[in-house]
Amino acid sequence: MALLTVSDLSLGYDSHAILENLNFTVEQGDYLCIVGENGSGKTTLMKTLLGLQEPVSGKVEIGDELKKNEIGYLPQQTVVQRDFPASVREIVLSGCQGRCGLRPFYNKEEKKLAEENMERMEISDLADKSYRELSGGQQQRVLLARALCATRKVLLLDEPVSGLDPKVTIEMYRLIAKLNKDGITVIMISHDIDSAVRYATHVLHIGASVFFGTRDEYLQSDIGKFFLSHQKGSEA
Amino acid sequence: MAGKLVMYLQYPFVRYALIVGVLIALCSSLIGVTLVLKRFSYIGDGLSHVAFGAIAIASVLNVSNDMLIVMPVTVISAILLLRTGQNTRIRGDAAIAMISVGALAFGYLIMNIFSVSSNLSGDVCSTLFGSTSILTLTKREVWLCIIMSVAVAAVFIVFYNRIFAVTFDEGFAKATGTRADAYNLLIAVVIAVIIVLAMNLVGSLLISALVIFPALSAMRLFGSFRSVTICSAVISVVCAFFGIIISILAGTPVGSTVVAADVAAFAVCYVAGMIKGR
Repeated sequence: MALLTVSDLSLGYDSHAILENLNFTVEQGDYLCIVGENGSGKTTLMKTLLGLQEPVSGKVEIGDELKKNEIGYLPQQTVVQRDFPASVREIVLSGCQGRCGLRPFYNKEEKKLAEENMERMEISDLADKSYRELSGGQQQRVLLARALCATRKVLLLDEPVSGLDPKVTIEMYRLIAKLNKDGITVIMISHDIDSAVRYATHVLHIGASVFFGTRDEYLQSDIGKFFLSHQKGSEA
Repeated sequence: MAGKLVMYLQYPFVRYALIVGVLIALCSSLIGVTLVLKRFSYIGDGLSHVAFGAIAIASVLNVSNDMLIVMPVTVISAILLLRTGQNTRIRGDAAIAMISVGALAFGYLIMNIFSVSSNLSGDVCSTLFGSTSILTLTKREVWLCIIMSVAVAAVFIVFYNRIFAVTFDEGFAKATGTRADAYNLLIAVVIAVIIVLAMNLVGSLLISALVIFPALSAMRLFGSFRSVTICSAVISVVCAFFGIIISILAGTPVGSTVVAADVAAFAVCYVAGMIKGR
């Protein structure tokens, strides 16, 4: 059975659908990139996949083998967080919460995992710094390190590179690709269509017209060709 | 002065007041950090007004132990308030304002219509601003307060990491398998228990001060959740201790003296924070 099966899904707020009749599946090991214009419902879709929001209609089926505490999630930052008094280490460690079960405190392995993921994101030197004193890009890396602590099978990323400088952006994409190679399924929302099609195995394009298929199919499709050339045009 | 203090400390009621005051201050400051960060600073105010209404009803019904009515009513209101607040912030805000003023008005109305006491305005005033009741505690009440405070502190320590996770990012916690709703419920129950306990100390109008001031003071000085929590507890306990002592020596009202001490501590922390460069 697929890791995630979405059938006839309509989503939106307060039973007002902004996106209708969505159908797609995600298999173990896939790298799915969700693209689309602003306001097309990408974040809402991700929240619905995570069960944070009820679908208007249709359903999201999660495969038997996938448990909630095996999912990592990188949300967009909230206003509350920007001035939150917490050290980087505290935040990254909180990603291990799902592993604890009924145990009230973190054990040695979880603390080690947090240290490893901070090292991976190159924020070890910031470990004792307060989150509110960091730059936007640094904060983003803290939240990604936290997501990595939570991830065992699936990683959902909402605009993981927003606010990062080009060098770090490339590293971030490499890192995500490496995680995917190690067997972690990746579902990512991105503005950056070029990198999306470079690394992804599948693309879901939502908006006025909807496309779901493999990367190659997307590159051959009209909507993909249009969107790619359009973005290149606007960048040039 | 010191001699006078030693003399006062020989009375059991003074020692009881200090024990209870310090414990309540400790508990309210622990949960205060979470409430302030969750943008629920005002919930203490709302709930204490609900408790005021409940006390009015209890006194009219002539219930021997008014805790039996006040505690459940406040706990239920806390659960309802925190639940509505989760969806949209404005709605939660308005709900708190509605419930708090509504309960205050009805409480006073009921007390007025069905008055059983000869000194109505005195009763109302002492419920609102804290009475001398902290100086007339019985041994049983002191033990009840100690047990409740220890329970609250124990719950806070055991669930510390989860409370942090839910406070920092509820969406993430929920998505990765933490039962965020259950912990929100827990926070609601704990805050209700603290409010009902704290009404003895500072009265229902001043409770918010006990919840938010130590947390805000600590946030001026520290940048990690753990140090903010510890610092907030220390500030709160110190202010409560000296507030009660000053009020006994100077004959001022207990509740407002403690709150005044908290305000002074905030001012000091604010300036210290500015110097530190935050």
